[in-house]
Amino acid sequence: MTNNWYMLTLIGEDKPGIVAAVTQALFERGLNLGETSMLRLGGNFTIMMMVGGVQQEDELRAQLKPVIEAQGMRLHVDAIQGRLHEHVLPNIQVTVTGADRAGIVAQVTAALTDVGFNILDLESDVAGTAHKPVYIMQIAGVADAPIEKIEAALEALRKDGVDVNVNAVDTYIG
Amino acid sequence: MAILDILTLPDPALKQVSEAVTEFDDALRAFIADLEETRRNGPAAVGIAAPQVGYFKRVVIIDCSTTRKPVPNHGYLVLVNPEITHWEGYEPGREGCLSVPDYTGNVIRATRIHLVARDPNGEPLEFDMEGYEARAVQHEIDHLDGLLFVDRVVSRRTDLFKRKVYQKGGGS
Repeated sequence: MTNNWYMLTLIGEDKPGIVAAVTQALFERGLNLGETSMLRLGGNFTIMMMVGGVQQEDELRAQLKPVIEAQGMRLHVDAIQGRLHEHVLPNIQVTVTGADRAGIVAQVTAALTDVGFNILDLESDVAGTAHKPVYIMQIAGVADAPIEKIEAALEALRKDGVDVNVNAVDTYIG
Repeated sequence: MAILDILTLPDPALKQVSEAVTEFDDALRAFIADLEETRRNGPAAVGIAAPQVGYFKRVVIIDCSTTRKPVPNHGYLVLVNPEITHWEGYEPGREGCLSVPDYTGNVIRATRIHLVARDPNGEPLEFDMEGYEARAVQHEIDHLDGLLFVDRVVSRRTDLFKRKVYQKGGGS
């Protein structure tokens, strides 16, 4: 029975086998996975995962301690509501590329917040080279505002040399 | 007329390859009427393929005329034995499926296609399609071949880099 849901956050230096070791330990203790995000960020492997089980938080921490330490990871636990099957469909996608400089994310997302845009998913990356870094960001979200209004809100950034594309996401269902 | 049950993942029948229609009879047309009623009943369904209701014949229905932002389309289409004879370009786009509830993902599809098919009376049809409508046909023909869009989903992280590189290279 899955009574309690937790969001586990695990971070450590990337190496092969982390996911296998951690998920095996969870499985052996009767824990279920919900939605997860696992990816390498700048040489670190990062995991955020919904985990459900009968365990209380202290018990969960104690059970996972050996595997977390063996993998050289750090663990953070939050009790959460396990709200599965509630995906929200994005209707707007915003893509941003530009020379890396401080404040791009803050400026773009401030402009989006002003038009009532709710971010569902944001991925950003630093591409290019150490001498010439390029910031690339993709944002998927929901907004009632028409695309023209979102475009207008981002216009100032364009004048500042940041390439911003706003596209409607028409999800094909078939 | 009846609303048919939709097969959902992980039903192994969704992997079955459908057979070509050979009899263009009243039974086929009655089934198509039910399939259309089922499509209209589905939440926001733009298209549907016969095997999604357990009828393993090469029949699909699409209607791309009702998108929020209008796209090039040929309206309501019943396509029997559809076959893509030409593909051009590719781009990612978001897809979901009546057979995979509460999940959407990005899939790379050809942007322009040439399609031949039959109508419910066996008369030949031929279309040039682009964008969203071309995506619809590719998604539905996949069903006829036992494939689901989840077999083709790519991460946004992956497709962005690919697309940028290929665009600068002049396309292929």
